[in-house]
Amino acid sequence: MYNDLNVYLILSAALFSIGIFGVLMRRSLIGVLIATELILNAANINFLAFSRFMDVDKALGSIYSIFVIGLAAGEVAVGLSIILTIYRKFKTINIEKMNQLKG
Amino acid sequence: MSKPVEQLVGNIVFIIFIAITLIGAVMAVGLKSIFHNALSLALALFGTAGIFIFLRSEFVALIQVLIYAGAISIAIIFAIMLSPALSIKLQKRKLTKFLGASSISALIFVSFVWIFNKTPWNVSNNPDVGDYSLVHLGETLITKYAFAFELISIVLLVSVLGALVIASEKEKAPTQE
Repeated sequence: MYNDLNVYLILSAALFSIGIFGVLMRRSLIGVLIATELILNAANINFLAFSRFMDVDKALGSIYSIFVIGLAAGEVAVGLSIILTIYRKFKTINIEKMNQLKG
Repeated sequence: MSKPVEQLVGNIVFIIFIAITLIGAVMAVGLKSIFHNALSLALALFGTAGIFIFLRSEFVALIQVLIYAGAISIAIIFAIMLSPALSIKLQKRKLTKFLGASSISALIFVSFVWIFNKTPWNVSNNPDVGDYSLVHLGETLITKYAFAFELISIVLLVSVLGALVIASEKEKAPTQE
């Protein structure tokens, strides 16, 4: 079972769908950030699974996963500081209340 | 250990890690308290690290536990706990929004599974052949794929500076006394 590519693909598809559901469903900005982390993890599982089961350089999947993990760290740092600034300004983190850019 | 026993134990551990990942993910988007969401996210990321070990990427599993389950979850939990109003927000959920979001994500899942079954992946016959070692990974990262290394360095530097600039207070915030 753990030597089957399809199991990993379906697992990452499930994680991705749960993340999409969270992004669409949550109203607090931190909830959206958490769901985005799940989506990035699904991408990581796919990178590593393809590099494991196909005839490629085995270091490739790890390099891309480390790249994605670094991007996620930067994303969380910037996202949390934006959330704190928004909270200071608007006194809420409900994304349905923030419609100043709608014009 | 004989081969069938090894397979059986491997399957059981693999299923346990899949269950941890999926249960953590569902709880991370499903529970109402934002603090419980952050803790469940750490659980899901930990389960994913176990999956990475089955993919023979022990180094990435280690990095996953260190950076994701360690640093990122703690950063989110800090942000929640340092600002009391973020943690006690009750959310009412509309049924129409729930139905729309769940149908869209179910559609995405079903179409992904359909595509996976349709596509003839040219899977390698003996995936254990190849250099999985950390030495090879490090040499490849700073020679052949040095661009990815330099790019992520710049992205991290700029994002940390940007986070500091964005979060620093220009005017005096209302003090809580």
